[in-house]
Amino acid sequence: MSELNYDALTVGDEIPSFTTSAINRTTLALFAGASGDHNPIHIDIDFAKKAGMDDVFAQGMLGMAYLGRVLTDWVPQTAIRQYGVRFGAITNLGDRITCSGKIVDKSEEGGENLVKLELTAANQDGDVKLVGHAEIVL
Amino acid sequence: MLDRKNIGRISKPHTVEVEKGRLKFFAKAIGETNPIYTDESAARAAGYRSLPAPPTFSFSLDLEQDDPFGDLTEMGISLGKLLHGEQNFTYHAPICAGDTITLQSKVVDIYDKKGGALEFLVQDYSLKNQDGQLVAEMRRTLVVRN
Repeated sequence: MSELNYDALTVGDEIPSFTTSAINRTTLALFAGASGDHNPIHIDIDFAKKAGMDDVFAQGMLGMAYLGRVLTDWVPQTAIRQYGVRFGAITNLGDRITCSGKIVDKSEEGGENLVKLELTAANQDGDVKLVGHAEIVL
Repeated sequence: MLDRKNIGRISKPHTVEVEKGRLKFFAKAIGETNPIYTDESAARAAGYRSLPAPPTFSFSLDLEQDDPFGDLTEMGISLGKLLHGEQNFTYHAPICAGDTITLQSKVVDIYDKKGGALEFLVQDYSLKNQDGQLVAEMRRTLVVRN
């Protein structure tokens, strides 16, 4: 990973984005086991239907983990000071999630170079699933 | 309705070990391919003691207990009505495989919208490692649909 130059970054710059492969049932089963979120609404279609859903749907924290990769792809993880999201809509089977981010602020505080980002996770139709924000120290 | 008396409620602390195999599994499940998350030598070359926990793994540490939602059910929250509204992490130091993390949460706010149709429970978590060092903080906002 090459070193980022704080002075070369400009408010409004987009950081490198990526798009996940389509979410399938295996994706959700693996994340249930790996994350420790065993809520059956994400992995058991019988349970989901009884709860009034058409099908299982993705764990919110799966989307947040995907969106976090836009940060760890860009900077070493130790540069991340703060990362948060608001969950806006359910992510469904078949969705391909595009994770992107843009610089919204730069400041020098207490001898540190602070960069603030806005982050977005949206599906193939442009439906926004998560809106996030992060603070990076360079 | 969620009793506002729960504001200030502090959970019992629980302690969990950060397991290397679990971190590798988590990295695979989220599509993380950077070798520092799965290869011990790559992690050490990058300056970590062992495999680092990815940014959102702290949330999973909280789920590593006998009844991860026990605190919520004690407050009278039905899990079928629960949504995850917001999640926030503040990072102070890396969490790595082999660490032992103690988590404790506090209810910092309860409020409602739409005349009580939606209630919000805001919890702040501290995560300390085996040396007592504060390594991360989390804020979890849950939404109860009434």
